[in-house]
Amino acid sequence: MKSVIRKLAIGASAVAALLTASGALAQTQPQVHIGVAIPTATHGFTGGIVWWANQAKKDMEKAHPGLKITVKTAAGAPEQANQLQDLLTVNKINTLVIFPFESASLTKPVAQLKGKGVYVTVVDRGLTDTSAQDAYVAGDNTAFGKLAAEYLAKRLNGKGNIVALRGIPTTLDNERMDAFNAVMKNYPDIKLLDARYANWNRDDAFKVMQDYLTRFKQIDAVWAADDDMAVGVLKAIEQAKRTDIKEVFGGAGSKGMVKTILDGKNKLIQADVSYSPKFIYDAIKLTAEARLKGEKLPATTIVPSVLITKENAKEFYFPDSPF
Amino acid sequence: MPPEPTDAMKPGAATSAAVGGTPRPDTSTRAGSRARALLHGFGPILGLIVLCIAGTALNSDFATLDNVMNVLTRTAFIGIIAVGMCFVIISGGIDLSVGSMAALIAGAMILVMNRLAPSFGSPVSVIGIGIGFALLLGALFGLAHGLLIARGGIEPFIVTLGTLGIFRAYLTYFADGGAITLDSDLSDVYSPVYYASLLGVPIPVWVFLAVALVGGLILNRTAYGRYVQAIGSNEQVARYAAVDVGRIKVLTYMLLGACVGIATVLYVPRLGSASPTTGLLWELEAIAAVIVGGTALKGGAGTITGTVVGAVLLSVISNILNLTSIISVYLNSAVQGFVIISVAFMQRRRK
Repeated sequence: MKSVIRKLAIGASAVAALLTASGALAQTQPQVHIGVAIPTATHGFTGGIVWWANQAKKDMEKAHPGLKITVKTAAGAPEQANQLQDLLTVNKINTLVIFPFESASLTKPVAQLKGKGVYVTVVDRGLTDTSAQDAYVAGDNTAFGKLAAEYLAKRLNGKGNIVALRGIPTTLDNERMDAFNAVMKNYPDIKLLDARYANWNRDDAFKVMQDYLTRFKQIDAVWAADDDMAVGVLKAIEQAKRTDIKEVFGGAGSKGMVKTILDGKNKLIQADVSYSPKFIYDAIKLTAEARLKGEKLPATTIVPSVLITKENAKEFYFPDSPF
Repeated sequence: MPPEPTDAMKPGAATSAAVGGTPRPDTSTRAGSRARALLHGFGPILGLIVLCIAGTALNSDFATLDNVMNVLTRTAFIGIIAVGMCFVIISGGIDLSVGSMAALIAGAMILVMNRLAPSFGSPVSVIGIGIGFALLLGALFGLAHGLLIARGGIEPFIVTLGTLGIFRAYLTYFADGGAITLDSDLSDVYSPVYYASLLGVPIPVWVFLAVALVGGLILNRTAYGRYVQAIGSNEQVARYAAVDVGRIKVLTYMLLGACVGIATVLYVPRLGSASPTTGLLWELEAIAAVIVGGTALKGGAGTITGTVVGAVLLSVISNILNLTSIISVYLNSAVQGFVIISVAFMQRRRK
């Protein structure tokens, strides 16, 4: 009997301790609490997103004592929508930086948060209803395709055969492809033989490239459209010992590719276009600084895509980032 | 449809199994079941032949030696895993984790080799250790699955669904979300394992062939193979016949784990890297290869030949689609789906 009473007493004091602790927590509520919702690391690029988001948390919290950042990663759109609710009710955020998993299905959940007074910055994939966001920060997908096309057209002197790889069927992928095609319209002597999906995946790109090599006897350049896919493309070319291909153009500026350009290690890889996952860092930083001062961000901020060549490759080389 | 009784399940065979000797069914039943097995195996082979004719008609490059070797080589990974999967499915189990397992083994193997490279003089011995490590790790993962399923009494679907997430998450963690890349010196020495040929046939194809032959022998010519089929067709009866069901199940998952290890050993030299996209959906491809090849998903009966044909068939479909532009790229997976269903329809068991 005594032991039961003792247990009860311990339990009660534990509850009391918890209550005081949570009370104390509530008192030290930070001035700005940013929730960061991003996709989980499933391939090189999203791996970079996660790394840069955590880097931003580290740097920003150190620089601004009144700031707290909570990073959540989601493996799918429904999970991300649930996380948004948790961020509001459990973490009590007042600012949100979100890299939406999908445009359409996350518009409503984000709009709900905004309706409850949360300041919303959307990164990369735009929402279908822009009134659900306060600010939009994105990479330049049009330039991603345009710079690649202009560069390849110049290198081929406006004449030759190109094969292209595509990522996963998305609006973002379409924007890049459309921009590429728009430039190529001006070069009637350049023929785009085919463009197939390889899912931003090295292994799929290897297979697709092998089949391109079987199918087309003369290929002058490959627009791999992603640095991960370029890895698979290069291996397939190497295996087939084909010498007709003069140029392979990836995309995004992963550290491996930038290093290859920097060192001049592979004559097929001479240039790349930047589409760095670092823009999540920029978005968090811009949002945090503006919110701490009580200011607003411009409605749209485009982080420009730049052509990376041997001359400027150094500025795009981040050896610590996983991407 | 009830699963067909296999020889081992006949009362006579069960007794002989109980005594511990190799089951010796009378020859006429064996010949009969072999004829039936041939008939079931006919569907996928017929499908494959039709596809190959279609492929050649659509693009004459399809039938070139280079293309055939490309297709067979890329089938090797899934094919080798499918051989192991065939045993697991025949025993009435399933393994959803093989893709993630391959990815984690690939990553762990690369990390170990990179770590050892400076202290060992010759890259060849480092690679040898790496290969041994990969096979051991595969068998260990299989052992863990087997123990959780057989001794822990958890459904194989749940155990391997759990490890599917666990394996891939650990790889992503080790890779920091990026890619784990093999040292370029090691990579140069190791790459012939994927790219080199023996008598004009690439190494992975030889390994695939060897794994399939050994798998076929184990399944049809050993007591263990008979027990696997017995457990799949009726676990309770097998138990009454004094088959050590737990041990056989554990061995079966270990066998699959080792097959995943072998596939990974061949996979790593291809790109020299492992990333969170490595082995994505391999589990479904391997299971599809086994089922398209005529093995019943509920267990009890199946053939290695069918599995091999099923695996080749699946990669031929995507190869043909890549070699032609008659179908919108948006519909690639739809074509795959149609072909899989038609082939499964051809090899369905008649009542």
